[in-house]
Amino acid sequence: MRLLLVLLTLFALPLRAEEVVLGLSQDSVSISTNFDGSEILIYGAIKREAPIPDGDPLQVIIAVAGPSQALTVRRKERKFGIWVNTDAVEVDAAPSFYAIATSAPWDEVISDTEDLRHRVSIPRAIRSVGSEISNSQSFTDAVIRIRTKSEQYQLRESTVRLRQDTLFDTAIAMPANLTEGEYPTRIFLTRGGQVVSTFETEIDVRKVGLERWLYALSRQQPLLYGLMSLAIAIAAGWAASAAFRVLRSG
Amino acid sequence: MQVYLPIAEVSVNAFLLLGLGGLVGILSGMFGVGGGFLMTPLLFFIGIPPAVAVATEANQIVASSFSGVLAHLRRKTVDLRMGTVLLIGGLIGAALGVMVFNYLKSLGQVDLLVKLCYVVFLGIIGGLMFIESLNALRKSKSGAAPKRKKHTWIHKLPLKMRFRTSGLYISVIPPLLVGVAVGVLAAIMGVGGGFIMVPAMIYLLGMPTKVVIGTSLFQIIFVTAFTTLLHATTNYTVDVMLAVLLLVGGVIGAQIGAVLGAKLKAEQLRILLAIMVLAVCGKLALDLLLQPSELFSIGSGGH
Repeated sequence: MRLLLVLLTLFALPLRAEEVVLGLSQDSVSISTNFDGSEILIYGAIKREAPIPDGDPLQVIIAVAGPSQALTVRRKERKFGIWVNTDAVEVDAAPSFYAIATSAPWDEVISDTEDLRHRVSIPRAIRSVGSEISNSQSFTDAVIRIRTKSEQYQLRESTVRLRQDTLFDTAIAMPANLTEGEYPTRIFLTRGGQVVSTFETEIDVRKVGLERWLYALSRQQPLLYGLMSLAIAIAAGWAASAAFRVLRSG
Repeated sequence: MQVYLPIAEVSVNAFLLLGLGGLVGILSGMFGVGGGFLMTPLLFFIGIPPAVAVATEANQIVASSFSGVLAHLRRKTVDLRMGTVLLIGGLIGAALGVMVFNYLKSLGQVDLLVKLCYVVFLGIIGGLMFIESLNALRKSKSGAAPKRKKHTWIHKLPLKMRFRTSGLYISVIPPLLVGVAVGVLAAIMGVGGGFIMVPAMIYLLGMPTKVVIGTSLFQIIFVTAFTTLLHATTNYTVDVMLAVLLLVGGVIGAQIGAVLGAKLKAEQLRILLAIMVLAVCGKLALDLLLQPSELFSIGSGGH
C-alpha cells in the first residue's frame, strides 16, 4: 500500500503544474568564536510548464526548522512564600528553532486542514502527547511564548516578496543560540489555502574551528577536557603571580 | 566584540566578561576573598545557564587561588597539615555536593537550591560581617582591647592532633566537618567557600589570622579542582572559553584591588564588603519572593 502511494506521488510529480527552483545565500551556517547570529537569504523561482492558472492568487510559505529535542517544561508555584518549580510536562519533540515566513497574512495562505497535514504552523510543529496533568496545553503554549520572545520561534507574515507570481525571496534571521544539526527547510506553494507544491532542502548548522574542537573534546574526553581546563587555570595563576612579582620588585 | 561560548551555547560580549572578571578581581584583591560568591550570581544575571556558571566558576577559582597561595607559601603562612585535614573533608563534601546537585538537576530544582543557598549564606555572612565591623569601628574609637581566645567544647573532642604552624592542639573532627561543609558548598554554589571557611577557622578552630587565608586558599585549590573535574565528567558544563575570559580580567583586577585596599581602613573595607554581600543577597531573595513574570521554564530532555 505504502509502495503504491510512493509510486503514485512519483508519477504525479512531472504532472505538477507549478514547481519550486530554490536558491540559498548559504546552505550552511558556521558557528565560530565570533558567531553572533546569522541571516540567510532564501530566494527562488517557480517553474511552470503551463500558463499561470487563473483563480486564487499564488502564495508562498517558507519554514525553517532546527533539530527537534525532547523538553521538560516546568511551572512555578508559590510554596512557603517562595516560587518553586512544581508541575512538569514533557514535550516529546519541539524544534530548537522554527521560523515561518509567508507572502500574505496567515489566514490567506493556508487552510487549517492543510496546516494539520503538513504541520506548518508553530503549534503544529511541536509534538506533545497528552499527559496526566490537566491543561497541559498551557505548557505547550509556554514553550511557544518563551521561544518566540527569544526569537527562536518566528512567525513573519507577509515577509516573502513575490514578484509576478514567479520570483520570491525572504531573509530569515537566526539567533546566536543555535543548536547544531540539519535544519530542514520547506517551501510550500499554495492557492486558496490548498498546498499545490512543496519543496524541501536542508541548511547545515555546525560549530567550526576552536568551538567544534572544544565541544567535541568536552563530550568525548570529559576527563581530558577537565584536566586541560585545570592546567590552563593553574598556568594562568602561576603566570599572574610571577608577572606581578617581577613588576613589584622591578 | 561578541564571543560564542562553546559549552554554554550563548553569545556574550567579551569585554563585558573581562570587565566582570576585573570588577570581581578588584573586590577580591581589596577584601581578600575569592569572589566566587559574587561572580556566580553575576553570571546568572547576564544569562549564563546556572549549571555552566557554577562549574566554570569552580575552574576560575582554581586559577585565582593558585596565584594567591604562591604568595602565601613564600611568606610561610600556610598550615599544610591543617590544610590537608580540611582537604580530606573537602573532597568528601565535594563528592556529596555533586551528587546532590545532579539529583536535584533531574528533579528540576537545581536553580532553586543554588539560589536558596546563596540567599541563606550571603544573608548570614553579610549580616554578621556588618554587625561585627560596626562593633569594631565603635571599639576602635573607644580604644577597648580585643577579647582573648577562650576554651570551648571544641577542645574536649577526641582524636587530637598538633598543628605547629597554627600553634594548635585540637581534635581533627571540627576541621574535617568544616572541610565537608565547604566542599558541599563548593560543588553546589560554585564558590571556593573562603567566605565560610575563614570565619569558621578563626572563630570555631581558633586559628591565628595570619595563617588563615593561606591555608584556606590551599584547601580551596584542591577542592575546586576536584569539583571542576566532577562537573566536567558528569555534567559537561565547564566552559573553558568563559573561564579564560573571566580569569584574564580577574588576575589584573586583583592586583589593582590589592593596591586600592592598602589605602582604606580594614573596618571600612569590611563594612563595604558586608553591604555588597547583602545587596547581592537581597536581589536573589527578591527573585524568589516576587511573582516571576514568566511562570514556566524549559529544561532539556525528557525521561
